[in-house]
Amino acid sequence: MSTAVAQKKGFGAFIWDYLTTVDHKKIAHLYLVAGGLFFLVGGLEALMIRIQLIKPDNDFVSAGFYNELLTMHGTTMIFLAAMPLIFAILNAVVPLQIGARDVAFPFLNSLGFWLFLFGGLILNCGWFLGGAPDAGWTAYAPLSAVSPGHGVDFYVLGLQISGAGTLIGGINFLVTIINMRAPGMTYMRMPLFTWTALVTSTLILFAFPALTVGLFLLMFDRLFGAGFFNASMGGNSVIWEHLFWIFGHPEVYILILPAFGVFSDVLSTFSKKRLFGYTAMVFATTLIGFLGFMVWAHHMFATGLGPAANSIFAIATMAIAVPTGIKIFNWLFTLWGGTITINSAMLWALGFIPSFTIGGTTGVMLAAAAADYQYHDTYFVVAHFHYVIVGGVVFGLFAAMHYWWPKMFGKILNETLGQITFWTFFAGFHLTFFIQHFLGLMGMPRRYWTFLPGQHLDTGNLVSSIGAFFMAFGAIVFVINVIYTSVKAPKVSGDPWDGRTLEWSIPSPPPHYNFKQTPLVRGLDPLWIEKMEGRKGITPAEPLDDIHMPNPSILPFIMSLGLFIAGFGFIYQVDNLSYLWLVILGMGITLGCMLTRSVKDDLGHHIHKEDLEEEGAEQ
Amino acid sequence: MKGWMGKFRALGIFGFLMLVLTGCGKENLSALTPKGYGSKAALNLINISLGVMIFVFIVVMVIYAIVIVRFRKKKGREDYIPPQTEGNKALEVIWTVIPIILLVIIAIPTVAITFDLADESAADESLNVNVTGNQFWWHFNYEGQEIQTSQDLYIPTGEKVYLNMKTSDVLHSFWVPALSGKMDLHPENENTMYIQADEEGVYDGKCAEFCGTSHSLMDFKVIAVSPEEFDQWVEDMQNVDPEAQPETADAQEGQQLFQDNSCIGCHAIGASPAATGPNLTNFGDRTTLAGVNEHTKDNIVDWIMDPESMKPGNKMADANYDVSREEAEKIADYLLQLQPSDITPESAETNE
Repeated sequence: MSTAVAQKKGFGAFIWDYLTTVDHKKIAHLYLVAGGLFFLVGGLEALMIRIQLIKPDNDFVSAGFYNELLTMHGTTMIFLAAMPLIFAILNAVVPLQIGARDVAFPFLNSLGFWLFLFGGLILNCGWFLGGAPDAGWTAYAPLSAVSPGHGVDFYVLGLQISGAGTLIGGINFLVTIINMRAPGMTYMRMPLFTWTALVTSTLILFAFPALTVGLFLLMFDRLFGAGFFNASMGGNSVIWEHLFWIFGHPEVYILILPAFGVFSDVLSTFSKKRLFGYTAMVFATTLIGFLGFMVWAHHMFATGLGPAANSIFAIATMAIAVPTGIKIFNWLFTLWGGTITINSAMLWALGFIPSFTIGGTTGVMLAAAAADYQYHDTYFVVAHFHYVIVGGVVFGLFAAMHYWWPKMFGKILNETLGQITFWTFFAGFHLTFFIQHFLGLMGMPRRYWTFLPGQHLDTGNLVSSIGAFFMAFGAIVFVINVIYTSVKAPKVSGDPWDGRTLEWSIPSPPPHYNFKQTPLVRGLDPLWIEKMEGRKGITPAEPLDDIHMPNPSILPFIMSLGLFIAGFGFIYQVDNLSYLWLVILGMGITLGCMLTRSVKDDLGHHIHKEDLEEEGAEQ
Repeated sequence: MKGWMGKFRALGIFGFLMLVLTGCGKENLSALTPKGYGSKAALNLINISLGVMIFVFIVVMVIYAIVIVRFRKKKGREDYIPPQTEGNKALEVIWTVIPIILLVIIAIPTVAITFDLADESAADESLNVNVTGNQFWWHFNYEGQEIQTSQDLYIPTGEKVYLNMKTSDVLHSFWVPALSGKMDLHPENENTMYIQADEEGVYDGKCAEFCGTSHSLMDFKVIAVSPEEFDQWVEDMQNVDPEAQPETADAQEGQQLFQDNSCIGCHAIGASPAATGPNLTNFGDRTTLAGVNEHTKDNIVDWIMDPESMKPGNKMADANYDVSREEAEKIADYLLQLQPSDITPESAETNE
């Protein structure tokens, strides 16, 4: 059942293997491929936006199509690219870092992926079925409630389904990290990436339900004639803003915290030093997660909540700068006194520090409510959140991919191509977004399809558009790198970076069962401790014995397919009630699968001790 | 790799230079050339926070530069293993306490200015204008004055004008960067803000909350004139005779066509509060057509013939009227002579 065996089978068997897999490492591959493809789609949308804005009065795309582009760019990048890519890294790394053989709920892990994928497909079906969502990724009511056509319906149903997948994924990692740590791995010995995964999962658990509720209200408004956001029926449009941002602000931290974790691990490994101020870093992480729920209304300073509310949320927002600052300084002092190796993974981490510092400082500027009346909904905000999301999350994902690629696939990504990607993307990123701070203050609101000549906005937009092409070039080189590496690069050992944490103590890519014997953890950076004491690997915590593993299942795929079908039924029953049959069919499939899962005993299988001994005695 | 970096640096410098050359943006549009109470207060706060943040950025970058230069892996010391420092309590305290102090420096003016800009104590004795946002135009109803205008908001300089804002459809946001920050318009609750222009001028206003297809074409103007000129404008506007006969024959025919085609059903002329479409009382004095187009007769005719092509998604595209191009020209003649007051955008631009 190991990956090597699976690859020798035919193509059909290979596909079937991935459709049914509950192995966290293969689910990581699925997330990586799907998230990567959606990232390219979102990038293409971004390029079209920048081409449209390359000069004033441009008509490269129509106003209506531009609105679809900007909506789908935001929605795709957040929900269909950043989230799944984060989940790819979480899946690939967290169980290995805590010394577990899989996640707590392998079946749910698979279900979470397929729900995300089918939700993402529904969202993008709008392009081919009469128009994509066009009310902005924030989908403010009443515009989203009254937007004609089915565009926003695809947004509502697509996000509802993929959101359920994310919620399931979050709960799964929460339980995994709490329950499945190897003996000796106390909370304060967990690698920082695992810590951020734990906090992020907690945030998902509390933040996503707010989005679920908001989407249900919007769904009822659009599809069943309710009036939650319709003022003339006694509804209130501000409720959507609150619900969306009670989810939306923690979402930013859901994305950025794992990136922080990546940088902590990468900076520590490549400066050959223990993470400086580990305890402070852990507390800063949890504090950011906690405060992340207290600041949502800073997205609503212009909503008219009044000076008292605005001031409270302004100060709460500024407070987040303190733990974030603690992190920046601890990273710098992790490097201080170290012996720094600079390679692609490290370049992304080093590029992150100044970029994210700019994003963080403009964040504090935005927190000043009265000044935000000027920044709000302008290109200043666009610049700010791209500095945070690209300069933080995307840089983090690139760092993570370069760092853990050998662990996931047994090969190191090509260094030259990696550096070309970094330098073009990094330069393009600053070229694109730095100038947008000024564009915003010079009077360019965001989500503008076009701008007039003679407003001194031409040069800034041109520079910004040129930068976007550099970023696109960098991203394409990365894709080439992935292909080149998988074809040409040689296999590497299990520990190519002289790593510090448990995942580097096992072969690359890891066997199906990860750890032949559960490791015994004796401190922070367990592998480093063993190496410093002259041992080759980790001391096992148990004798070699049979390993119990979960069985693969096609049910998660079919279950998600059922919801996919039902989603179309919900959308089109507005036009013709006979589409309700699709709802019944789809829900029937899903509920049928749930019933099957409940009544059928699936006890998993065992990998026998004798087979393990045959596979090699070292470890 | 060096050559690559050099090129990028050159590009960066090029970008920065272009920025310097373009300056702070267009006068009367940019928030960086403030001409009003709110925008000046905001720029002060922006400068305070920017100053503190540049300090923080420099501190981070200095440490960053030292680290990268000093602690690179050195030739001949590949096997060197640095001491595994756990942390430093004193340092942790320093980089917790100093940022808190810096944030307090920003927080105090933030709270003060936020409350100042929300001060409604003078609303009763000030000029109040009820603002309505519509897809994709603005309507202004001068409270207690029997004056209605659309797209152009005339205000006196040197005093606070209170805007009571609401939307008739989806959310909009009222933003005149050179005068003040923005505030959203909601369908269920009225939001109040004030603007105050310190200098005369025609200020560019924009919709800043995404409102649909022509969100980017929903510009308007704030025309700030001296208090005396404003009083005269008020008088002129109050004495408008909506049925006044135009002087030229073409314009007279245009007036007839305007009525025959029920244009008047949506577009009020005079102080009628009905505002399905923009009020046209002082249409002849507008500086732009539909917010973004040049105010020429040709454009007006094009608009009447095919409004959808100039502002996608606007409601006039669905209106039921049927005029030939010649008739549209006559209507344009009629509309262009609707100039009830001597106080025009030009008065704001010429007087110093």
